[in-house]
This record gives sequence, structure tokens and C-alpha cells, in this order.
Amino acid sequence: MTEWIQACDAEDVEQEDVIRFDHAGRTFAIYRSPDDDYFATDGLCTHEKVHLADGLVMDEIIECPKHNGRFNYKTGAARGAPVCVDLKTYPVKVEAGKIFLQLG
Amino acid sequence: MIENIANTLSGMQVFDIFQSMTLGLMEPRSHLGEAMMNATVAADDYRPTKRDYSLIGRDARRAVEIGLSAAEWYHTDVPRKQMKELMKRDDGPAIRDTMIWLGVLIQSGAGGALLWGSWWCVPFFLVYGVLYGSSTDSRWHECGHGTAFKTQWMNDVVYQIACFMIMRNPVTWRWSHTRHHTDTVIVGRDPEIAVMRPPDLVRLVLNFFGILDAWQAMIDMVRNASGRLSAAERTFIPEMEQYKAIRVARIWLVIYLATIALAVYLGSLLPLMLIGLPRLYGAWHHVMTGLLQHGGLADNVTDHRLNSRTVLMNPVSRFIYWNMNYHVEHHMFPMVPYHALPKLHELIKHDLPAPTPSILAGYREMIPAFLRQLRNEDYFIKRELPPTAQPYREEFHAEGKTTAE
Ligand code: FES
Repeated sequence: MTEWIQACDAEDVEQEDVIRFDHAGRTFAIYRSPDDDYFATDGLCTHEKVHLADGLVMDEIIECPKHNGRFNYKTGAARGAPVCVDLKTYPVKVEAGKIFLQLG
Repeated sequence: MIENIANTLSGMQVFDIFQSMTLGLMEPRSHLGEAMMNATVAADDYRPTKRDYSLIGRDARRAVEIGLSAAEWYHTDVPRKQMKELMKRDDGPAIRDTMIWLGVLIQSGAGGALLWGSWWCVPFFLVYGVLYGSSTDSRWHECGHGTAFKTQWMNDVVYQIACFMIMRNPVTWRWSHTRHHTDTVIVGRDPEIAVMRPPDLVRLVLNFFGILDAWQAMIDMVRNASGRLSAAERTFIPEMEQYKAIRVARIWLVIYLATIALAVYLGSLLPLMLIGLPRLYGAWHHVMTGLLQHGGLADNVTDHRLNSRTVLMNPVSRFIYWNMNYHVEHHMFPMVPYHALPKLHELIKHDLPAPTPSILAGYREMIPAFLRQLRNEDYFIKRELPPTAQPYREEFHAEGKTTAE
């Protein structure tokens, strides 16, 4: 069963940036693209479990702060060494200025 | 996990554990608690034993078992807004520096080739050698991190060129450097420890001329080209990437064989003076700066302020070295491009040991430490923090030497 979880205010995430969101013992990363669209992925890098929210967002890429591994945060696709495993992504919606994540 | 250990044991017990680890007294255990209980007992039974730097050896297993590998490392607090500014990528500085680098490289190489046979070629080859055999160390490094250029293909192109010149397989060394950042100077885990304890001084001196490194690189290249990876390489290169290491080694082997064939055909050393040998006669600068990164400092700690050294340098060396003299800063925040490291240094220097004021000062500190490590391999240089810094955990430094001494 899937449910929508309220995560934060849309304004909490700066344009072309990412924040961390913890819920029920899990950690997620919420992104705001340069076009003001919102996305969400698992919060930890698939390489060595580092928080991606400390990384750098460039266009549709999140770069991990530990070894500069890159993912496309829109699709979760790993974009080369040292990350080899894709990130899990989650549907996001914005309602009345609030961000909701649909967690599987 | 290291934090958890510290919370549950007294400072002395924790010191015992780290001393035991570095002395090689703890036997591998499958259970962390059991290993820690044995550590205190083992420390009473002091006897110096060699560190095991093998990536598949005793200390490697131990580091994983006690959580020293892939541990949480100390970071200075930097507000996100400022960190984002510092991490920002820009093609401009790296394009400018690469044009200067390649421009001078080509001109000095051409000058050396034209004047080949007279002593006038010497200064040209001195410049060419450093740009070929030393500048490529930092270009390999920065482009490997993907931070030098904003545009990724530019990082990739310069990375491949630099790897060829510095004789580092681009696949193997990308993964070894990843491990170096996960487990910086953790014995048995870090494949890039330049000065192992006790130091092999003959090896260090020979490597100023690239002799052992280049020889080893050739052996690795031939082995990889024959389709084989060493057991150590297999510990850090994922299986799906291994074929790439083999493919590159084959291409390089063809280039070197062609260069040797040309030298034989011409009856001249000149082709090898331009390809291959500069890795020897131009290596001295990257070895000189590289040894300063961690030489003589602590091992098996999880705070880069203790095991890395920031050294203030002249602008020419900083150009060759692409600001890697800000080494504590780089390890703490590998996302910050080389051109922003001086700014990062200004921002966090209140939390770091004072930078070593020059290359010479670095060697004045390091050489006596190496000599002392010949007698006592557990000796290391203790870094002093300014009063404005967050303290580090003293148990790491119970046996050290303060830089103020
Ligand atoms: S932890 Fe993310 S790239 Fe290594």
C-alpha cells in the first residue's frame, strides 16, 4: 500500500538544490530543479551510504559529496564510477505550498 | 561506529584499542565487542610489530571488523549557502590552466627536440619533464574527481591524457583513489599510502626519479594487458569495470611499443625523451609535493586534520600541483574544485592546524619524523589546533610529537 507523506514546505528547498527528509527510520533527498520541479530519491548514495543532501545539484544531476559519484535525480540513473547502482526515486506532488512524497 | 566506541569506553581504553590496532596485536575477531575486550589486554603486552599494508592482509580485515574502514569522518561546519558557492563548477579556470599547461608542454617538447644533441636542449626537457611527469599527477587527480571543469567530457579528456603520462591506469586509479578518500591512511585499506612505516627511504629517494613507480606501472600494464588483474586490484575495482582496465592497458602497451620501435628505427633516444622517460626525469616535483600530503602524520584516525597537511607554496608549484597543497581542505570537502580551495582555506582555517609555511618547512618537519620512525614506527607528528578549533579526540595522539616542540 502506498501513501502520500507530507515532507516540507516547497519553499524549504532552494532552486537547483536538495534537502534531507527523514521519515519512519528512512532518509530521503528532495530536489528542486532549475525549472522549479520537485523530485525525490533515497537519501543515501548507493556507493557508500553518504547523505546526498550534502552534495551538489547541477541541472538534473546530484553529485555525491564523498567521491563525486553522479546520479540523475529525475530518473535515479547512476552516471558513472564510482556509483554503479541506480537510486530509487519516489513520486512527488506539491499542494498548497507543501511537498508530498509517495513512499512505496 | 568509532563514535559509538568512544561513548562506551574510557579514553585510555580507546587509546589501548588504537595502539593495539597499530601495533598489530589484535587478532581478527568476528565480533566487535570481543575484539575490543581483548584490545586492552593486548596493549599491556607491548611489542613493536610491523603494520600490514596489504589490502588483503591482517590490518585490512581488522579495520573492517572494528569499523575503522568506511567510518564517519570529522568535518568542519560550513553553512550550506557558503558550501554551495564553494562547490560551484566553472570551466573558465581549468580551460585557462590547461591551455597554458599544454601550450608550454608542446613548446618545451618541440624546443628540446629541435636542440637535441646539444646541451641547450636540457632546460627545455627540464620544463617538459615536470609538465609531463609531475603536472599530470594533479590533472589526473582533479579530473578524476570531476571537479576541475564544469563540463564532464573535458574532465574525461584531460583525465585520460594525464593518466597516460603519469602511468596510472585510469580505471584502476579512479577506484584506488575512491578508496583513498573512504579510508585515508587507514593501514591495510588505503592503497595510496606513499610513506609506509617504517619508511623505506631508498624507495622514497628513487621515486623522486620515478624509478620504482614507473617500473611497477610497466609491470602492471603488461599484466593488465595480458588480461589479468592482481588480487589487490580486484579488491577495489568492481567486476563490471575490470575489462576497462584491461582495454586501456592494451592501448598503452601498443603506444609504448611503437615509441620503442621508432627509437630503435631512428637509432635515437629522442622518441623516448618525449614519451615515457619524462615520467622519470620530471617526476621529482610531484613526489616532492605528494610526500607532504600525509608524510609523518598519524595513521588509523578519522580526522583529516590529524593525517593530512596543508602547505603554503609558491605560485609555480601551486600551478603544477593545482592547489592540492590545501590538502586537509580537499580531503574534508572533495566537492570543492581546486580553484576554490584557497577560499575554503580562509573560511575554515580557524578549525584547522596552522598550515605548514613552506615546502622547506614541511621537509624540516617530515625528515626527522621519518628517521625516528625507522627506530619506532609508531611515532608520528601531532598537529596542534588553534584555540578556535573543535577539539579532536586526544586518544589518537597520546604518543605523538607536537609541531610546537
Ligand atoms: S559515497 Fe557516494 S560516490 Fe561514494
